[in-house]
Amino acid sequence: MTVIQKKARNPIAHLSAEDIEMLGKELDAIRDEVIASRGERDAAYIRRVIKTQRTLEISSRAVLLFSLFPPAWLIGTAALSVAKILENMEIGHNVLHGQWDWMRDPKIHSTTWDWDHVSPPEQWKHSHNELHHTYTNVLGKDNDLGYGIMRVDEDQPWHPAHLGQPFYNLVNAAFFEYGIAAYDLELGRNLKEGRHKSPEFRARVRAVGRKIRKQVLKDYVVHPLLSGPSFLSTLAATFTANLVRNVWSHSVIMCGHFPKGVETFEKTSIEGETKGEWYLRQMLGSGNISGSKLMHIMTGNLSFQIEHHIFPDLPSNRYQEIAPKVRDLFDRYGLKYTTGSLPRQVASAWWKVIRLSLPNRREAGPVQDRPIDGGSAGAPLPALAGSAA
Amino acid sequence: MTTTVPRPPAKVSFRDRLLRLAETVTTPLLPDDYLDLVAPLRAGADLRGRIVAVEPETADAATVVIRPGRGWRGHTPGQYVRLGVDVDGVRQWRAYSVTSPPGRPDRCITITVKAIADGKVSNHLVRRVRTGTIVQLDQAQGDFVLPAATPRRLLFVTAGSGLTPVMGMLRAGAHGDADVVLVHSAPRPQDVIFGPEVRELAARGVIRLVERHTEVDGLLGPDELAGLVPDHLERQTWACGPVGLLDALQERWASHGAADRLHIERFRRSVAAVGEGGTVSFARSAVTVAADGATPILEAGEQAGVLMPSGCRMGICFGCVVPLREGAVRDLRNGELTTAEPGDGVLIQTCVSAAAGPCDIEL
Ligand SMILES: Cc1cc2nc3c(=O)[nH]c(=O)nc-3n(C[C@H](O)[C@H](O)[C@H](O)COP(=O)(O)OP(=O)(O)OC[C@H]3O[C@@H](n4cnc5c(N)ncnc54)[C@H](O)[C@@H]3O)c2cc1C
Ligand code: FES
Repeated sequence: MTVIQKKARNPIAHLSAEDIEMLGKELDAIRDEVIASRGERDAAYIRRVIKTQRTLEISSRAVLLFSLFPPAWLIGTAALSVAKILENMEIGHNVLHGQWDWMRDPKIHSTTWDWDHVSPPEQWKHSHNELHHTYTNVLGKDNDLGYGIMRVDEDQPWHPAHLGQPFYNLVNAAFFEYGIAAYDLELGRNLKEGRHKSPEFRARVRAVGRKIRKQVLKDYVVHPLLSGPSFLSTLAATFTANLVRNVWSHSVIMCGHFPKGVETFEKTSIEGETKGEWYLRQMLGSGNISGSKLMHIMTGNLSFQIEHHIFPDLPSNRYQEIAPKVRDLFDRYGLKYTTGSLPRQVASAWWKVIRLSLPNRREAGPVQDRPIDGGSAGAPLPALAGSAA
Repeated sequence: MTTTVPRPPAKVSFRDRLLRLAETVTTPLLPDDYLDLVAPLRAGADLRGRIVAVEPETADAATVVIRPGRGWRGHTPGQYVRLGVDVDGVRQWRAYSVTSPPGRPDRCITITVKAIADGKVSNHLVRRVRTGTIVQLDQAQGDFVLPAATPRRLLFVTAGSGLTPVMGMLRAGAHGDADVVLVHSAPRPQDVIFGPEVRELAARGVIRLVERHTEVDGLLGPDELAGLVPDHLERQTWACGPVGLLDALQERWASHGAADRLHIERFRRSVAAVGEGGTVSFARSAVTVAADGATPILEAGEQAGVLMPSGCRMGICFGCVVPLREGAVRDLRNGELTTAEPGDGVLIQTCVSAAAGPCDIEL
């Protein structure tokens, strides 16, 4: 991909400023409709998911007490993996987004929730909700574009270190929760800029340390010890469950913004951005995953990444319901709704990571991804240009 | 107000150690989170109750029978309990007087709710709530109770659902063998909550009952009361009813130097002033809302999904107090202005305070 402003065929050139404002209004109407109808059914949904997750987790842990017995290991590990995925994706991510704050239940609220993850909720909420969701896919602003270690856009400058990025991505997938914690700490930048001695940064590092200690103690010491003779096999089971959860969430999240068809934006394009333009950026900067109902729940409904990015704080069970309406908007406004099956989107994202580990080749890449020669760097969104005229 | 009494710094008990160990097993959740799945009413859990029955009283009132959790510490007749009910998926807290006598054999308590027009919680409780529903509870509180040494002559003045705390006292026999007069006002005879029961008490000579029906007698006022109960100012009086009635009674008792003999329970706050309105930011929750001068900060915050502590919602219990870090608020009851400079952290009651300019709340 190439920033939208430099594309040969700019996918939003046909929209006038008025079109974009209309689009914004139509999306606002969809949002209002959901908010007006939020109620008992939604509350029952999240409580049911939480109850299922907790029941599954405690049962899987109980089964793993006998993990020396291979069927117990297999069933326990599979169930614990599913429980951990549900906990992070459909519950943790969405509760921390404030999707359920409207229920005013102090036990299911973004300000009180803690999750089965090594990144403390406060830090994650800042880097994810405030930075990534605001600056989605803006080069140089949205660190989720390659997490600061990879090059995932032609317009990100190439460096020899990028040669290793397929490997970094693999390691990141396996230990994704640690990757996220380091990312939320902005570890690289803080170390490079010598801010690692600031009391604020140190307090945050300590918070991560405490969280890691608790997580490691639980998964790799306490539960194995409780399993007595099954110590080692339970240790292997919890390690496997964490690995499965990490690889799964990494894959799902890669599908959100990296696959082919997802657009990126220049830094200057968000100066003075209107609400309608913000919506448009979210629509084009995200990609969905198609699949079954169960798959959507297991992705925390991030398979509806487009709907989630347009409305980050609507209850996750509603994304699927509004998807047809959102898709209809894409069609009517002549925009491309990026979606595909999980294997296809994962492959597309991986291919990009591999391809961009090498410097740009002029003629390489799919036609629609080729930058214009001598592209009009710094040009505002055409829509903006239209409105200024 | 619920106060948490600091525990003496005793040595760490075996139970605490066990609990800490259990937490290392369940982190990031607490052992309670799992126990809540199977035993929400157990000892040591957050106080909750299960609705075991809803019994109609009149066309628009019903008695809700609740079995409180193990942690329930009982109540004194006349006190109220705070109830957290999920209505349309949103937790709403309201106060209701306990109408059952203490120590029922089945350990249940009752509240009696009158559905008011457009009332969220009252309509839900009277018409929609299902038995088996778990509700959030708080310990009983309130000082609308009879003194340990029961006065010889008592007067109760009630209107509408204001009979509820008095019914709690009468059922418990808290009045002993005092000379009791109950003046109750309701639209029509069939609208009198507990009608048959109080009429029965009167027939048995336990109380003298004066029933007024506004449809024929008009609104009950202090002058009429003076005619009905000539010695009213000499009686220790407990009154509960609409704002207008209570304000008028207070004025009469005060103007006759008898204010200390009048005890009142308000179900609603009287509104005397409005603020100027302003933007209210809840820094820790990362929420900012525009609130008008008539909306209590408590409601503005709740509507924005902030977890606001609350209690009676009318300025008496101090359950809603939070620090105002900076800004100005106006007390809706009397128009008094409270301002805070950065660092002051002035404590305000959010249920009766409206924004009077930009406010920064510590939540
Ligand atoms: C200490 C205390 C004890 C109480 N005990 C009882 C009791 O035993 N039985 C009982 O039925 N209620 C009692 N209440 C009142 C109860 O707490 C609620 O205020 C009442 O049920 C209305 O709530 P709602 O959610 O239905 O109305 P809301 O949705 O909060 O309000 C709807 C509309 O009604 C108005 N309104 C609010 N409260 C009242 C009211 N009390 N009378 C008339 N209009 C009102 C509001 O201004 C609003 O316009 C008590 C209140 C307090 C503070
Ligand atoms: S809630 Fe009781 S004083 Fe505010």
